[in-house]
Amino acid sequence: MTINQYSEPIPKTVFRFRHLLGIEGLLRDDIERLLDLSDVYVGANRQSDKKHSNLRGRTQINLFFENSTRTRTSFELAGKRLGADVINMSVGTSSIKKGETLIDTAMTLNAMHPDVLVVRHPDSGSVHLLAEKVNCSVINAGDGTHEHPTQALLDAVTIRRRLGHGLEGLTVAICGDIAHSRVARSNIHLLSIMGARLRAVAPPTLIPAGLDRMGVELHYDMETGLKDADIIMMLRLQTERMKGSYVPSIREYYRLYGLDNDKLKAANPNALIMHPGPMNRGVEIDSEVADDIDRSLIREQVEVGVAVRMACLEALVGTQSQPWAKNN
Amino acid sequence: MTGTVYKNARLLDPENSMDATGALLVKDGYIVDSGPHVFVDAVQDDWEVVDCGGKCLAPGLIDMRVTTGEPGNEHLETLATVSQAAAAGGVTNMVCLPNTYPVVDDVALLEFVERRAAEVGLISVHSYAAATKGTRGEEMSEVGLLHEAGALGFTDGSKAISNAMVMRRLLSYATVFDALIIQHPEVRELVGSGVMSEGETATRLGLTGIPAAAEVMMIERDIRLVEITHGRYHASRVTTAQSVEAIAEAKAAGLPVTCDTAPHYFALNEGAVNDYRTFAKVSPPLRTEEDRRAVLAGIADGTIDAIASDHTPRDQDSKRLPFDQAAHGVVGLETMLTITLEAVHNGGLTMLDAIAALTQRPARILGLNAGTLAKGAAADLLIFDPDIASQIDAAKFQSKCKNSPFDGKPIQGRVLKTIRRGKTVFNHNAEEGPHPGRSAHA
Repeated sequence: MTINQYSEPIPKTVFRFRHLLGIEGLLRDDIERLLDLSDVYVGANRQSDKKHSNLRGRTQINLFFENSTRTRTSFELAGKRLGADVINMSVGTSSIKKGETLIDTAMTLNAMHPDVLVVRHPDSGSVHLLAEKVNCSVINAGDGTHEHPTQALLDAVTIRRRLGHGLEGLTVAICGDIAHSRVARSNIHLLSIMGARLRAVAPPTLIPAGLDRMGVELHYDMETGLKDADIIMMLRLQTERMKGSYVPSIREYYRLYGLDNDKLKAANPNALIMHPGPMNRGVEIDSEVADDIDRSLIREQVEVGVAVRMACLEALVGTQSQPWAKNN
Repeated sequence: MTGTVYKNARLLDPENSMDATGALLVKDGYIVDSGPHVFVDAVQDDWEVVDCGGKCLAPGLIDMRVTTGEPGNEHLETLATVSQAAAAGGVTNMVCLPNTYPVVDDVALLEFVERRAAEVGLISVHSYAAATKGTRGEEMSEVGLLHEAGALGFTDGSKAISNAMVMRRLLSYATVFDALIIQHPEVRELVGSGVMSEGETATRLGLTGIPAAAEVMMIERDIRLVEITHGRYHASRVTTAQSVEAIAEAKAAGLPVTCDTAPHYFALNEGAVNDYRTFAKVSPPLRTEEDRRAVLAGIADGTIDAIASDHTPRDQDSKRLPFDQAAHGVVGLETMLTITLEAVHNGGLTMLDAIAALTQRPARILGLNAGTLAKGAAADLLIFDPDIASQIDAAKFQSKCKNSPFDGKPIQGRVLKTIRRGKTVFNHNAEEGPHPGRSAHA
């Protein structure tokens, strides 16, 4: 897919909302516009001149209350490629135990007139709270166990690009630590809006209550869960978010729920494997599977990630100039 | 000393199942007579006559669960502000929880609170004492001495008495004094780091859920202990369908078990915390719609004895936080009557059942000579208009804290006058200032 495929310019008002706080609440049309715009940027990022001016004069602050390397770098690169002034602020989790600091920080940053805040925070809903207090756009880069919308968008773009068609009718198995995963929640919202069939595969202790009421089929073993699956999304076992014991041991977890070639036999022979990273090799995924370039989309996810974040920034705070105008 | 006649009133007295137009006579702070038969013209000329204009006259409300900030957290609420809030809400008797700082677990502290409340003197303020020393859940507090000093019951406040042996001994020892043991029914281990009701909404919000079973399991355990000990047990804030069922069974078996709930548990469900509204974060959490209906039905059929406000003042700083970090609790003294009246208007409760749950039934559990309009009872009264429409405005609360989930809610009903021992302690018209053109009844 190249940029020139888009003969119709994408309308300026590509996104109806001021903030991107989650996938829940978006319509299929909202999502498709973001996916289409992301595709444009995937192409643009493969050019030798990657710099655009859509965000020239805009100030983007990446406000990370939780450690992150890939998401923060991805957002930073996205902003810089669009010509924004990007500032990174990492606030250690220990110094924000008091929540007043969250609003205080928001008010302080707000006084500097940024155009967009990219926020990650360990508490669910904290990005909503912050968005209420500032005058600029806010992108949720992951809040607690709530949502991580850009990850779900980039997963969708990656799948679309590899398969060459939409997500409708695909069987997607989301495997592993769903209880503690914001990626899983955003993906469940997005994939069900786009018409995919969803399965959750995990021990019951890692499946949050009421998931079946969100249109997800529940499976407690990998063999039935992966049967005829087209896409397998592996999740990281988030031991840092766990309070208490959810699985008896890593050894047992890997044996029962770790994805290896043996368990993969149950899936569709062309099934594709995804992982939001960082991977725990030998915990939820075997290296052989993770590194199989025919089946694993893991590296593409990272590439597409930058384009998706460019699309989101553009959609929320871009100027009129469009990326395709430059290359045509 | 002369008396007062409240005439032309809709008398609501659950004690005698009376809902009739009539008059009530008060002398020296006590009710001398009441009912449709009272012949108003026969009273002496020097008596004060109050025309209620057909509005409701009920016993003053009895709130069996109030958190204050005195001693220790006076920035949240003092006994003066909480008394004013109570009077504005039609409450003439309230019982304060011992979870102040320090905790009320000895006689001196109990007497301090009672003395301070008496200095304010607006309404009758009673206290519970801590069930265990420091509410640590380990050693029994001095139940006998505290009972003698006037503690109306024993509770660890918003902490469950988790240890079954401690609970057994408390229930058993309390029988000596016929003292009431009040439980915050919750299995702590099942609550864990949960902040709202478990289920689809919690999963969507990415918040850790609390299973409904955590409540009923503790109630069922305690009922077993009541079977062994015959101690008087009260489950404070019953919020799930299963709990209502468990209490109903215990009552049917003749056990000395009672319970209460709070208005938010029958007026709201878990949906109220959507968008991370921390003002609806309470402990126990708001439950499902099915539970909400079961709680309302439980009040109507008498399984749930009392409605308590569960007034818990919290400042803005402790609420304007990410949901996980925000404090739980809502203020409720000033909305208890109107929120309950909503259930009456919607047909969920009859007027007399609602008033019974707010007055007579808690009075009986607490052993207070109140909650009735019968001759000889204290003249603790409430005059209210059940129909007048307005909107809840938290900014106008007398309470120091404004953390109400009902702010802005359209309501029907208003407290017009609160009378304690025959003396008017709250008068709506006086609060609002004179209204030219409005008839000056009540």
